[in-house]
Amino acid sequence: MSAATLPTPAVDAVVVHKTRGYWRGVFARLLRDKVAMLCLLVLAAIVLMAIFAPWIAPADPIKGSVLKRLLPVGSPGFPLGSDELGRDMLSRLIYGARLSLVMGITPVINALVIGSFLGIVAGFVGGRVNTVIMRTVDVFYAFPSVLLAVAISGALGAGITNALLALTIVFIPPIARVAESVTTQVRSLDFVEAARASGAGAFTIIRVHILGNVLGPIFVYATSLVSVSMILASGLSFLGLGTKPPDPEWGLMLNTLRTAIYTQPLVAALPGVMIFAVSISFNLMSDGLRSAMDVQR
Amino acid sequence: MLIYLLKRLIYAIPIALAVSAVCFSLVYLAPGDPLSAIVPSDASTELIEQLKKEYGLDKPVPVQYVIWIGRALVGDLGTSIATGRPVSSEIGNAISNTFILAVFASLIGFVLGCVFGTIAGYFNGSWIDKAVSAIAVAGVSVPHYWLGMVLVILFAVIWGVLPAMGAGPGGSGEWAWDAEHMKHLVLPAVTLSVIPTGIITRTVRALVADILSKEFVTALIAKGLSQGAVFMHVVKNAAPTALAVMGVQLGYLLGGSILVETVFSWPGTGFLLNTAIFQRDIPLLQGTILVLALFFVGLNLLVDMIQTGLDPRIKRA
Repeated sequence: MSAATLPTPAVDAVVVHKTRGYWRGVFARLLRDKVAMLCLLVLAAIVLMAIFAPWIAPADPIKGSVLKRLLPVGSPGFPLGSDELGRDMLSRLIYGARLSLVMGITPVINALVIGSFLGIVAGFVGGRVNTVIMRTVDVFYAFPSVLLAVAISGALGAGITNALLALTIVFIPPIARVAESVTTQVRSLDFVEAARASGAGAFTIIRVHILGNVLGPIFVYATSLVSVSMILASGLSFLGLGTKPPDPEWGLMLNTLRTAIYTQPLVAALPGVMIFAVSISFNLMSDGLRSAMDVQR
Repeated sequence: MLIYLLKRLIYAIPIALAVSAVCFSLVYLAPGDPLSAIVPSDASTELIEQLKKEYGLDKPVPVQYVIWIGRALVGDLGTSIATGRPVSSEIGNAISNTFILAVFASLIGFVLGCVFGTIAGYFNGSWIDKAVSAIAVAGVSVPHYWLGMVLVILFAVIWGVLPAMGAGPGGSGEWAWDAEHMKHLVLPAVTLSVIPTGIITRTVRALVADILSKEFVTALIAKGLSQGAVFMHVVKNAAPTALAVMGVQLGYLLGGSILVETVFSWPGTGFLLNTAIFQRDIPLLQGTILVLALFFVGLNLLVDMIQTGLDPRIKRA
């Protein structure tokens, strides 16, 4: 997915008996992974920046002075320059973290809940239910992700809710597929059979045996989807389909600054650096998490 | 194998139909009446009724869908509200431009991905491997529309060596195979190629590293085969998967070029979608998305079939 492509889910043979010691091992391995830790630090910094934006930002992100438009980086009072309406870039980048992160992460969380539910039900119940759910999922999977996002949010019209809805629909199919495949694998294992034989109900089996094995891989997969989601969400805003001006959002800022590349190229490129930083951090952290959990082997 | 191919072909038909149904239903996602874009708000009820009849909107939804799909099958996708021209001819012009862009981008991605991936696979675990993996991660994580802007800033604004916009001189919308048009292709194609480069690099790296660790390779080296001959074995084993990944990537690029096309004002399907969305031209939106999505379905089918043909190990019956 890239951005245009969804990462291929790693679903082969994930079923291991996970004890408390296993998770402690994962955590220890993750702590030793310098790259993953650095990414976690970057993301933590950006999240804190988003939460405490009103206290950190030196100026108002919405109000500007037309007299001070498109100042270069390093201007007095405008450390990162100003945009096409004379607003402080630094403050807009800081405030922009709020909408950009919410728009990038919310669709994946929504899809994680809905997609896992659909996938687990399909995998656990099997039969006709599986066919109905998974074939429907296949239809949406048959669209290139960018096209589906643009189609839905384009038909619904611009707006934050519509963009979030469109992206949620884009991310449900891949998550449902991972959940279904892992659930089907786990369901046929001996210990599930043993649990059923000893009188455990469907809910107990799902809660204890299925969820325990399914949530790990799905969570790792979802962290790599956040990277795609950030790029797509900002991309929708870049096309004018997500947030609306004057809201500070990195993708929208890139869009409105497009004409400024001839006068202030450095300022115009800044919002993209933020998107890139968040996206690559999520990707590398997901890689680190995956190898710490040894999902691939 | 023939049975598998037939099965695969038959399986693609319901998917294609369902995809077309999703495209058709886009009109019902749109806020307001489908007619609101063409009818003035003070139109008389008779006029609205007459237009509804003309557009077939007075019939039940499933009937409308059947009529729509029936027309689409013979190449009639309706009339664009924005331009008044047939949607199919609008798409015909645009899709060839998008196709050129996507093909070049996936070729660049395939070549770079294979080179990087093979090098990284051969030096598995070394600093070269790590450097290549870093490039691959950057490729899939970069917001490519931003990368396009950065390339424009560098090559068009600062160095002034390549044009920033359009498919040809003077912002012409028609593509031609000459030097001037090729110059216009460079930046958008390179921008679009970062995603397939990253993905193919990762795939090929994993494939090559895996093949090299197999016992038959050790046996080949042990019997004294030259490096080059061993490499040919690696290529033969890695090629089917690498080609399949490239085929799928081409489909993603065809459907996902809208962002890059917007950055470079490339006169392709992305430009068409932009027009359709912001002028609320639903027939154009439906038609463009239908064509691109069906391309994607068809390409996936083709890739599957070619892969089955290339790889004798796949004997799915």
